[in-house]
Amino acid sequence: MTTQSWSLLGIYLAVLFAAIKPLGLYMVKLMEAPRSPSLARLENGLFRLCGIEREEMSWRQYALAVLVFSLMGCIAVYALQRLQLWLPLNPQRLPNVTPDSSFNTAISFVTNTNWQGYGGETTMSHLTQMLGLGTQNFVSAAAGIAVAFALIRGFARHSAQTIGNFWADLYRATAYLLLPLSFVLALALISQGVVQNFSAHQEVVTLEPTIYEITRVDNTGQPVTYARGDAIVDAVSVTAQTLPMGPAASQIAIKQLGTNGGGFFNVNSAHPYENPTALTNFLEAMAILLIPAALCYTFGKAVGDTRQGWAVLAAMTVIFVGAAIATISFEQQGNPKLTALGADQTAGALQSGGNMEGKETRYGIGASALWAVATTAASNGSVNSMHDSFTPLGGLIPMWLIQLGEVAFGGVGSGLYGMLAFALMAMFIAGLMIGRTPEYLGKKIEAFEMKMVSIAILITPALALLGAAVGVMAAGGRATIFNPGPHGFSEVLYAFSSAANNNGSAFAGLGANTPFYNGWLGAAMWFGRFGVIVPVLAIAGSLAAKKKLAVGPGAMPTHGPLFVTLLVGTVLLIGALTYIPALALGPIVEHLILWSIS
Amino acid sequence: MPNLIRPAVMLMALLTILTGVIYPLTVTVLGQLLFFHEANGSIMTVNGKAVGSTLIGQQYSQPGHFWGRPSATSPHPYNGAASSGSNLGPLNPALTGLVEARIAALRDADPRNDQPAPIDLVTASASGLDPDISLAAAYYQATRVARARHLPLEQVVALIDRHARHPWLGILGEPRVNVLRLNLALDGHEPDS
Amino acid sequence: MTAKQLSMFEPRLVRPAMIDSFRKLDLRVQIRNPVMFVVYVGALFTTGLWLHALSGGHGEAPAWFIGTVTLWLWFTVLFANFAEALAEGRSKAQAASLRAAKQTIMAKKLREPRYGAALDYVHGAELRRGDVALVEAGDTIPADGEVIEGAASVNESAITGESAPVIREAGGDFSAVTGGTTVLSDWIVMRITVNPGEAFIDRMIALVEGARRQKTPNEIALTILLVALTLAFLLATVTLLPYTLYSVTAAGAGAPVTVTALVALLVCLIPTTIGALLSAIGIAGMSRMLGANVIATSGRAVEAAGDVNVLLLDKTGTITLGNRQADAFLPVSGTTERQLADAAQLASLADETPEGRSIVVLAKRLFNLRERDIRALGATFVPFSAQTRMSGVNLGKRQIRKGAEDAIRRHVETNGGGIPAEASRLVAEVSRRGSTPLVVSEHARVLGIIELKDIVKGGIRERFAELRRMGIKTVMITGDNRLTAAAIAAEAGVDDFLAEATPEAKLALIRQYQAEGHLVAMTGDGSNDAPALAQADVAVAMHSGTQAAKEAGNMVDLDSNPTKLLEVVVVGKQMLMTRGALTTFSIANDVAKYFAIIPAIFAGVYPQLNALNVMNLASPQSAILSAVIFNALIIVALIPLALKGIRYRPRGAGAVLRRNLAIYGLGGIVVPFVGIKLIDLGLAAVGLV
Repeated sequence: MTTQSWSLLGIYLAVLFAAIKPLGLYMVKLMEAPRSPSLARLENGLFRLCGIEREEMSWRQYALAVLVFSLMGCIAVYALQRLQLWLPLNPQRLPNVTPDSSFNTAISFVTNTNWQGYGGETTMSHLTQMLGLGTQNFVSAAAGIAVAFALIRGFARHSAQTIGNFWADLYRATAYLLLPLSFVLALALISQGVVQNFSAHQEVVTLEPTIYEITRVDNTGQPVTYARGDAIVDAVSVTAQTLPMGPAASQIAIKQLGTNGGGFFNVNSAHPYENPTALTNFLEAMAILLIPAALCYTFGKAVGDTRQGWAVLAAMTVIFVGAAIATISFEQQGNPKLTALGADQTAGALQSGGNMEGKETRYGIGASALWAVATTAASNGSVNSMHDSFTPLGGLIPMWLIQLGEVAFGGVGSGLYGMLAFALMAMFIAGLMIGRTPEYLGKKIEAFEMKMVSIAILITPALALLGAAVGVMAAGGRATIFNPGPHGFSEVLYAFSSAANNNGSAFAGLGANTPFYNGWLGAAMWFGRFGVIVPVLAIAGSLAAKKKLAVGPGAMPTHGPLFVTLLVGTVLLIGALTYIPALALGPIVEHLILWSIS
Repeated sequence: MPNLIRPAVMLMALLTILTGVIYPLTVTVLGQLLFFHEANGSIMTVNGKAVGSTLIGQQYSQPGHFWGRPSATSPHPYNGAASSGSNLGPLNPALTGLVEARIAALRDADPRNDQPAPIDLVTASASGLDPDISLAAAYYQATRVARARHLPLEQVVALIDRHARHPWLGILGEPRVNVLRLNLALDGHEPDS
Repeated sequence: MTAKQLSMFEPRLVRPAMIDSFRKLDLRVQIRNPVMFVVYVGALFTTGLWLHALSGGHGEAPAWFIGTVTLWLWFTVLFANFAEALAEGRSKAQAASLRAAKQTIMAKKLREPRYGAALDYVHGAELRRGDVALVEAGDTIPADGEVIEGAASVNESAITGESAPVIREAGGDFSAVTGGTTVLSDWIVMRITVNPGEAFIDRMIALVEGARRQKTPNEIALTILLVALTLAFLLATVTLLPYTLYSVTAAGAGAPVTVTALVALLVCLIPTTIGALLSAIGIAGMSRMLGANVIATSGRAVEAAGDVNVLLLDKTGTITLGNRQADAFLPVSGTTERQLADAAQLASLADETPEGRSIVVLAKRLFNLRERDIRALGATFVPFSAQTRMSGVNLGKRQIRKGAEDAIRRHVETNGGGIPAEASRLVAEVSRRGSTPLVVSEHARVLGIIELKDIVKGGIRERFAELRRMGIKTVMITGDNRLTAAAIAAEAGVDDFLAEATPEAKLALIRQYQAEGHLVAMTGDGSNDAPALAQADVAVAMHSGTQAAKEAGNMVDLDSNPTKLLEVVVVGKQMLMTRGALTTFSIANDVAKYFAIIPAIFAGVYPQLNALNVMNLASPQSAILSAVIFNALIIVALIPLALKGIRYRPRGAGAVLRRNLAIYGLGGIVVPFVGIKLIDLGLAAVGLV
């Protein structure tokens, strides 16, 4: 790691931590009705208009509300894609999206995954982007925050039957948190060159004509060949370049803040119009972890002991920093095969060096690898470099962070509730080891909680591992694997890990816009999201109903280094034990091969 | 269940209007008012004619121009309508093949330069539209450009120096140079403000 | 008849346990333990593969290899069965000696519930609840019941192991009698309170034999966690078949993983160590309670004992010795301390109460006043009576009396004297110290005060400090007034006290602690303790107490020793800690097993992975076998730990956790590296691989 990378990581964390307390405090207020009378009146009016009852919900009602709302979202996004040709704001006259891709994309955005089987600039009309994808960027993130709020209430309350009102939580998270933050970030991004307009794509004449070859095809689409059998290749010269346009900045702000990650353009935040400068890169990367990190403070504050929140945050930070250092180091180390060919990968004052395949010059190694870690530590999934081209171990870390359940800060809401599920599991074993029936924050962890924690923690590895098994067995899955050897296996494993954990990033060589992957990954995303949310809400309900026990000196303290170590250990151990055999067949063996033959 | 449908539909409609219509429109209006140039693609003009965006790279192959990052867009490099990376894995023979060919092409164009090629000059960018190259990549090409243009090397190097950008506070950004700006300067074009 | 400490692998227990290990191979038994059931199915499966390979079929691996793996998988199942059978056997051995007490007893059933009514001789087992029986000297009490008439001394050593007889009488707190104990003198008429088979001793035997053993709540929760881990490993393992099939295609060479290797990997990864020992730990916990002469009516109660964070302790007998002792002579002016001591000694010479004896002892210790023969002095002893409420001695003209302040006041005022203000002040001072003042007078004159002190048991202060470190708060319950209570509480080092305690106040205190989120343990014996016992989370009833108290509690202490509560807590904690430690150990073991097995099973497709073979195991087959053998042997190696429970040291939660994590977490990572390597060396030495 270069000095610059160390400094970048340091500044990144410093800015992030500076924002945690104010934002965390602000979110504590969001858990209740607004104090301002005018806002409260407006809210009341809107709720009455929408037919929303203001009573609090039991966990079952809450879960049902989340599911119904998400299902509505799926239907809306699906319909928009299937009908976009006949709807306004489609200056490129882009056709209706195919049924399987629409299905996949609808689930993808509703589940906060934002896996993109499609290329944005060539597939989605401005209307689809705004009404469908843009809206889901907000509400799927808000739904995650709402579920986290519900779980926090479960810990904070005692002998209670309800865990909050989903509609109110959803509305408040959207209107008072995500919207204002996005608005500010969007304007900051525009100032740096992120496009924001409703124009059709622009044409410019390039400095040099670009000459390239295309294979001649007949009107059936078959290559026309010479008598010898070689394809006839025509040289083509283009002198113009198409510059894609659209309302990108507004969507990018929320895709980062809401840990959605669905880019406006195909290459996501690697695209110069999505992420033009080192500054936008820093802001966008910061936006990924901002809310997830601050939610820890909200949690601590709400349960009446901010140290609890800092402890959870510390555990997340330890995993994050470890992962960042490892990834940056592996990427900086570069590809030994390219050095052998005569390429210079050393870092210096004139170049960032390292493994630059699939990376942008303006971010270099440090900012690319840091982003890769942030985006997979959270459930963001936006990329500013191509993970498929990372070094084996540099790519292993992001994949593993996803597989850990994205709990090192994690998605908005989902990171906290995922980490708290791990905390319950860690405290269960720790409680036994100190000779008490286990408890966390004064709540006894009993059979029901363990059942739900087990489902929440197990569902994503089940989907990822079984999905990858189907992927490598089925012809439809094998057909679009791009890279040969163990790396091809990594692509499939990464895809299903990403979908099951609602990340959305990819080893993008894999051709995922096929009926096979659209279908299977869509299913993995749905069950990966709600297979966790429903048990988490069940835990929230069960905890809320319990008595709160006094946390005396006999109970294990959950705000010190011991707890942090334990929590980190549990996350890493569960993640390692579940995935190591699979990872051995992908990145690990790839690393051994790469460094043994060179 | 039925008492959930109405709130779900209504709230979805309400939030769609708020986040899907009002929000992007407000941002667009403000963006267009405050940052017109940036909001519309940072397009550079020379004598009123658009020559490209400072943010979007172009394909160069003449020895008298600085070459940019290899681009993996299809069907041709630097296709602005379809951004894409190569997605080649580190062990993929296609990657080593391409890098080998790119190094060979650089050597062919400048046989006397026996330095190892800067890595960014022989590897594809993430977007396929990378507007920059590293300073190392620029200096590496200086001898070729100088010879092709019959210019003193110092003058080319001075041009690079003038356009060079360094990490802000040594932290944000990388040592780099915008290829379009450099080549416009070489061609003697001065972009309109 | 206290259950004596059995040696760990007592031959007479090991043999039947071995036989039981095979009996437990029954599918219906196995299915109750999900983790071991997976091993069981895996073993069945590889047995099939082995037979297939033997029968000349195209085996996926050499028959000897499949056979050896299969053999060790069966051993794994058998070792788990053995652990459970051995724990059960030890419990049964303890129960058997109790059962000896339950011989057929002939009972004298009364036709009417009064002494002297007509009686029939019936078998003890025929007595039903509500029947009335006469038990006379030399008879064995036929069943649990309550004395309704008479009083008798009873030998309860069959239950408590305590040889001193106890008095059982109608009414009050000493009316309960237990079946199997014998009446030594006098007679009692008793009403039977339980039906046959429901008696205390029956319940105890059933419990320790495991016949009615149900999984405790925490055991269920832990089992869920273990099942979840097992499922995770099942997924991680079965998916390796398609993965390697693809890898073979991708690499263009090699062979996919064999099913035998996958089963071996699965068995090694799932938490078999804790899965095999979990049930044994539970049984052993109950046995250890029994070893402390405490019968828990449910495993849940044992678990709850580990959680207790408030202990309510009766002052008398638990914190202080039962009797007060003279501690100082405090003369009033005009009398020397020696004179006072002399008078006090004279007044107490014939007083055989412990308090009286202690006055004589103190006088001797302080002033070397030897005991005098009261008759040689020609003195007459005036014994304590309910009317005078004082005692003393008449020695010639000297009338020496000792007693409570008000009794002496009456006495001296009758004689024309009075209590000087100085004496009253001393009385108040002594009371404030938590001691009891006895005023000594001679005729009309008050000589001074004897200070009788409650003697706090030796070492109790340290014990409470220990409890505090464990995070347990101690609360002293006493009938004394606040002043006295506060003084004793301070001396004994309890955290809090309840003075002038009534049963209602006790109940209210428990409720208050529970509302604050504490778990409360208490002991009790009287019927008026029953509501509080029922309310407490852990309630230890004294066996000497009433039936009502015993029904209300969830544990019964056969020794009727109130200090036992402390041991109960430790046994509870030990049981939970043993579960936690072995779970951690089990999971930590997987790290080494991965390093052993992963390079081995993928050797066919990616030989490069041999770089992970950090233990440098001889061959892929040796690596797999070594891991499987280690996995089986570790179960046997840990049986003693499971049965004895891990050591508990009273420390803060953090310190305990750090220690256990270091031993069972880090140890769990390191031990298998060593173990697997040694087994591998062994296998290579015998030339098996």
